[in-house]
Amino acid sequence: MTLNQQRKLKTFITGLFAWTIALILFFPIFWMFITSFKTELQAISIPPSLFFEPTLDNYSEVQERSDYVHHAINSIITSFGSTILALIIAVPAAFSMAFAPGKRTKDVLLWMLSTKMLPAVGVLVPIYMICRDYGLLDSKTALVIIFTLMNLPIVVWMLFSYFKDLPKEILEAARMDGATPWDEVVKVVLPLSMGAISSTALLSIVLCWNESFWSLTLTASDAAPLTAMIASYSSPEGLFWAKLSAASTLACAPIVVFGWFCQKQLVQGLTFGAVK
Amino acid sequence: MSYLTITDLQKHYDNYHALRGINLSITEGEFVVFVGPSGCGKSTLLRTIAGLESSTGGTIELDGRDITELASSKRDLAMVFQSYALYPHMTVADNLSFALRLAKVSDAEIQEKVRSVSASLQLDALLERKPKELSGGQRQRVAIGRAIVRQPKVFLFDEPLSNLDAALRVQMRLELARLHKKLGTTMIYVTHDQVEAMTLADRVVILNAGQIEQVGTPLELYRKPNSRFVAEFIGTPKMNLIPADKITHKADELVFDLFGHTIHFPAKRIKGTQPDSTIVGIRPEHLSLVEEGGDLTGRIELVEHLGSEAYAHIQLLNDQTIIVKAAARLELKDGQEVHIKVDVDEIILFDDNNKVISVIPEEA
Amino acid sequence: MKRSITRLLMAPSVILLLAWMIIPLSMTIYFSTIEFSSYNPDQNGFVGWLNFEFFITDPAFISAVSNTLILLLSVLIITVVLGVMLSALIDKPFFGQGMVRVLLISPFFIMPTVNALIWKNMMMNPVYGIFAWISQSLGFEPIDWLSTYPLMSIIIMVSWQWLPFAILVFVTALQSQDTEQKEAAQMDGATGWHIFRYLTIPHLARPIAVVVMIETIFLLAVFAEILVSTGGGPGYDSTNLTYLIYNQALLQFDVAAASAGGLLAVVLANIVAFFLIRAVGKNLTV
Repeated sequence: MTLNQQRKLKTFITGLFAWTIALILFFPIFWMFITSFKTELQAISIPPSLFFEPTLDNYSEVQERSDYVHHAINSIITSFGSTILALIIAVPAAFSMAFAPGKRTKDVLLWMLSTKMLPAVGVLVPIYMICRDYGLLDSKTALVIIFTLMNLPIVVWMLFSYFKDLPKEILEAARMDGATPWDEVVKVVLPLSMGAISSTALLSIVLCWNESFWSLTLTASDAAPLTAMIASYSSPEGLFWAKLSAASTLACAPIVVFGWFCQKQLVQGLTFGAVK
Repeated sequence: MSYLTITDLQKHYDNYHALRGINLSITEGEFVVFVGPSGCGKSTLLRTIAGLESSTGGTIELDGRDITELASSKRDLAMVFQSYALYPHMTVADNLSFALRLAKVSDAEIQEKVRSVSASLQLDALLERKPKELSGGQRQRVAIGRAIVRQPKVFLFDEPLSNLDAALRVQMRLELARLHKKLGTTMIYVTHDQVEAMTLADRVVILNAGQIEQVGTPLELYRKPNSRFVAEFIGTPKMNLIPADKITHKADELVFDLFGHTIHFPAKRIKGTQPDSTIVGIRPEHLSLVEEGGDLTGRIELVEHLGSEAYAHIQLLNDQTIIVKAAARLELKDGQEVHIKVDVDEIILFDDNNKVISVIPEEA
Repeated sequence: MKRSITRLLMAPSVILLLAWMIIPLSMTIYFSTIEFSSYNPDQNGFVGWLNFEFFITDPAFISAVSNTLILLLSVLIITVVLGVMLSALIDKPFFGQGMVRVLLISPFFIMPTVNALIWKNMMMNPVYGIFAWISQSLGFEPIDWLSTYPLMSIIIMVSWQWLPFAILVFVTALQSQDTEQKEAAQMDGATGWHIFRYLTIPHLARPIAVVVMIETIFLLAVFAEILVSTGGGPGYDSTNLTYLIYNQALLQFDVAAASAGGLLAVVLANIVAFFLIRAVGKNLTV
């Protein structure tokens, strides 16, 4: 075999291998998607049926049983709302830490991240009681506030690690050009950071969308996002896999499709600048 | 009359004294180059003039106005950065006009200025491009254009050519020289490359360890350095330095005994007391290879042929290597024994404190 | 920028997080020392360490702590080790790379509740699940995963979620590895294994630190997967601390014990964080 043929073979094997892993890992999602178009009987048939006449019945039943649209709207409001809030609070903090670092900046950052290590369950009881006392149980307001605080450390950290990599000379050039601090932020830093801000926002949205501790413990129906709606399908009332799959597909599809489009930025953002 | 006056400028960092009392005056229209090894404070000095670093003592005056405490943007200076620092999210046209837009200049005037600057820097065809679509040389020109468009009182350049490849660097160097001739604006230029300093400057400021070592025209620094530091820093290849610790004092001359050879040096060219030991400094072009006789002998270690000339690295009897400039087509073999003639008129002597103790003949 | 402006800009984040940390935590501490039950809220006298004693001596506690740690370590090891190996293997150009990336990252976007439901039903169901069908086709007895190996089932679900994340981070990191360095090593006669061991692994130190840190944050708090699939059982075999406290607080309404448990969870998290920061912290410093 020539060296060239060897290389081609290597590429082929690498590709084969990568595709195999990817397909195995993707299989459960694929299977969920397929099952959602089956009848309940086909869904539990052994051997599993791959070829069948697809039906949309499950989807209409899901909407009827648990009002998908209502929960989806809750998910959208809580995840987008808290993300926007977190960004508004985090951008100034990250900006000042990156461009005017003090001696304790690093400590403050580590402390922020350590609040994220604090298990939610440690404060479950008081948060539950505060929400109960202020009538915030099963309310979107409570979820938005909690999600905001929950993701704030990660949002600050991600923005910080991006801001600090912005070349300082560009800001100095702007200063020489007569820019005020406000001009610097609005005309130089923000336009340059749109990528970072949007990937941070994406991550925050994904984390909120899939958050399933507070959404399961603090909501019942009115404010219940999709995670809570799906959890209601776990009760052992028989094998309704097709409907379950339809509901799951509906719950995940928006964020998965959203994620597909932004996966590159997302991975880069999530690594806190560990990967360039 | 002095245009930019710097008086006893100090810059302390937490545990580092970066500028130790800088005094300098620059006249209008001058091209001044700050040069020195890395860490000498040249960039700090430039950035302090720009207002990007605050000084911890001393004053800076520009055109009769004290600007020491003024914000960068109010100093009427423009700076070209080493990394160009173009705004990546703006087109070339927007980069050029950013300062004007901030200053609320009218659209018509902005257009006119951008047009004339881009024409003079051959950027016309690139106005709608983003910086990342430009080559290194083009980015450099945009950075310069961004400075010109504002018509500042002084241009500051922070190692602007160091990111370019060798050929482009020479070309941009010429363009900068032309630009200075055309605009006639005061320019301050920082570099670590002494060739850039020599070719561009009206006056060169040599900095060392936060202090000014010497200020002068390029030729002055080359011919009349004050110290060994300046003598070694200016000139490629470097000046040869040969220690002479056996000196015989005669009536009107000193005789240096250099391992069996002697060099006779007129005593009247020594400033101050006659030394008992010295370091003899002589540039490669003031040494020549001769058939016989000569003042020194040595063996050829290596020859660098540059085409128009050659540099012979010669090992002396004390194992020290010196460099001699030789004619290009001279047949020289490694290991060959050669005789070297020294042009005594060009010798510069240094004392133990590395200060120059000799003067050149026409002044003697 | 002036110091005062800097402080002003940071204030909202710092104050909010401080409040978010201190207020509920001090309330938890208070509740944990009194007798308190949602059933009879009038009865709340100081009982000192009693709630802690009650919680710690509960046999469920020990198994919950060990389950929490086993879950954390297993998933970390699985995702990091497999992640590094798989990413090194696919770190060459091949057909359809973009599509593979998209497929790979997908599990990361699946919400924990759906994750648990898919695995519990369609994968691990002992009669109709895919695993059962595969075992049967190969002539083995199907396994009832959730009741026989409950904790392992949870580990599989959680690893499935995080392995793709690890792979993608590592693949992205490998793309920034210096190819000239690898070529130099090849010229020096290094084998593929040598390159992996002495160049690739050190290059991945920081990404590994980041993956470990992020995963730890989320793994200590695994909840929905357990709630939806095993419900912590059978017995306490798949109960972790988070689930145990949830159970105590919102199902048995024992607020005091739950608060004591919550504090213990905080302590545990701090211990883990301490070791974690010692182990990977220096790779995180920016």
